[in-house]
Amino acid sequence: MDDVSFVFTQFLGGFTTAMFLFLIASGLSLVFGVMRVLNFAHGSFYMLGAYLAWQAVQWLGPILESFWLAALAAAMGVALLGGLVERLLLRHMYGREELYQLLLTYALVLILGDAAKALWGTQQLSVSRPALLDGGIEMFGAVLPLYNLFIMLMGCAIAVAGWLVLTRSSAGRMVRAAALDREMLGALGANVGALYTGMFVASSFLAGLSGALVTPIEGIVPGMDVEIIVEAFIVVVIGGLGSFWGTFWGSVIYGQVLSFGILILPSFSLFSVFALMAVILIVRPWGLFGRPLR
Amino acid sequence: MTALARRVPWTLVVFLVAMFVPWVGSRYDTFLATQIAISALFAMSLNLLLGTTGLVSFGHVAYFGIGAYVCGILMKTYAMPFSIALPAAALGAALGSLVFGFFCVRLTRIYFAMLTLAFSQIIWAICFKWNEVTGGDQGLPDVPYPDLEWMTSIPLLGDFNIADQFYVLTLMVVMLSLAAMKRIIGSPFGRMLTTIRENPERASAIGVDVRRYELAAFVAAGGFAGIAGALFGIFNRGVFADYVYWPKSAEVMIMTILGGIGHFWGPVVGAATLVLLNQETTSYTEYWSFVLGAILLVLLFTFPGGIVGGLTAGVAWIRRKRQGAANA
Repeated sequence: MDDVSFVFTQFLGGFTTAMFLFLIASGLSLVFGVMRVLNFAHGSFYMLGAYLAWQAVQWLGPILESFWLAALAAAMGVALLGGLVERLLLRHMYGREELYQLLLTYALVLILGDAAKALWGTQQLSVSRPALLDGGIEMFGAVLPLYNLFIMLMGCAIAVAGWLVLTRSSAGRMVRAAALDREMLGALGANVGALYTGMFVASSFLAGLSGALVTPIEGIVPGMDVEIIVEAFIVVVIGGLGSFWGTFWGSVIYGQVLSFGILILPSFSLFSVFALMAVILIVRPWGLFGRPLR
Repeated sequence: MTALARRVPWTLVVFLVAMFVPWVGSRYDTFLATQIAISALFAMSLNLLLGTTGLVSFGHVAYFGIGAYVCGILMKTYAMPFSIALPAAALGAALGSLVFGFFCVRLTRIYFAMLTLAFSQIIWAICFKWNEVTGGDQGLPDVPYPDLEWMTSIPLLGDFNIADQFYVLTLMVVMLSLAAMKRIIGSPFGRMLTTIRENPERASAIGVDVRRYELAAFVAAGGFAGIAGALFGIFNRGVFADYVYWPKSAEVMIMTILGGIGHFWGPVVGAATLVLLNQETTSYTEYWSFVLGAILLVLLFTFPGGIVGGLTAGVAWIRRKRQGAANA
């Protein structure tokens, strides 16, 4: 019985990691799918979300359950920043080579990383778990913290909501059309520019939200931006760059490989996920669920 | 460029001028000059891919790291002489880039960049975790200087300290590598790389095996990066997993672009500019990354051709103006 609960604990741990990563990577993947821009700054938006959430909790302090308000405010702040970045900077790079797009988003990584250091210092910051979700429940002999359960549900909810928006709403139809043929969509009279801005804002919102939601579990430290972005890259590469469900399953696979990889090869679990990424790129560059690029 | 300017052996001229640093400058100037020389070689090796072949590698630091670790391990753990460790580092890096490159050149554009990034992170994970060989997160401190006793018997160099001597050695290695790269770029092989950059479809239509040429360029670039890494490990008195972490790849890319990827000497200018700028900036503020990011933004929006590209464009503009005035 012990074995079962142990495996189950590992599985749950992996699944929590997975849903976190899905929250982060879904935005990255959407932006790549539609705008063909690989956004290195996505990790920085995530980091800013975490710092902003901490800041908001400090300000709101005495209010009960201020965490939820803070998380929302942080996500909205990051979304606003994302909108500005798209309008003022990224917009001018669409016609240019990938190299310049990559470097533009990398310039933001450098700038935002140092800005966060200047504003919040290099000390590790942390946010306490919201009282509502303090504690845990027992499942198959394994204790699952309520907050982790919330993250899992949140990840699944975002996946379903994103899928519904993409497939059922008119905005979603436009997004899918823009991913397939941007010029044709523009020629048909759609405002592709506004669509791109909207996409980028939504993606930044998700990054900021996941950054805010991670604060009760992990400390906020400088360097979390460059660390998370490669993890998000792995996830989107496994699932397929630009594929929404691919990102979901990519996250699930990543979480389990990491979680069980630690058991098999303790010191090489890092190695195993990068190796997985490389193998996928070699065998199926467009990922398990993606489509080859034209 | 005029015919005369073309006949000047620029590599030799730069080498001779740079040789004066230990005499004219302070100890610290020599330190900076060593750093510039090594960075220049690293940036130049990346430009073999970026500028010459048109391949955007986001994992070039992997081969720099392999070179640094191979040289560091051979010299420290096995007490091998530099004359063996350096070629071994270059070979090791070239071998690594042959294996990785074999897979990378099968992919195009963004996928190529992603796979190079993945491979470099694999190398990083190995360096970071393989405690027995690489020292893991502790790294490999105290890599010894090579034995440079022989230099004392050369007139003029007799009274140099070990840092000066190492600078001279670095300069020689870097300049020989640069000369070799210049030959490569100017050769029919190099011309074909440029053709591939401009139009891979057409190149393959006239019967060129594009992948093989790209792989050859990848291996050459990796080998030279390995040499730069080996030198840097000794210069920095140690090899650490940080060298191989992915933001370093972005750093050398910025160096290359800042100088200008369209010109042979561009990366050298970029390396010198960034090293000196870093030096100046860090004495005022700890936020070097911020400054670097801002420079990068300005670069991307105002002169994407880099410093050398901007200068050449400026000179051409002035010339046109003058000609216009003469004709009028």
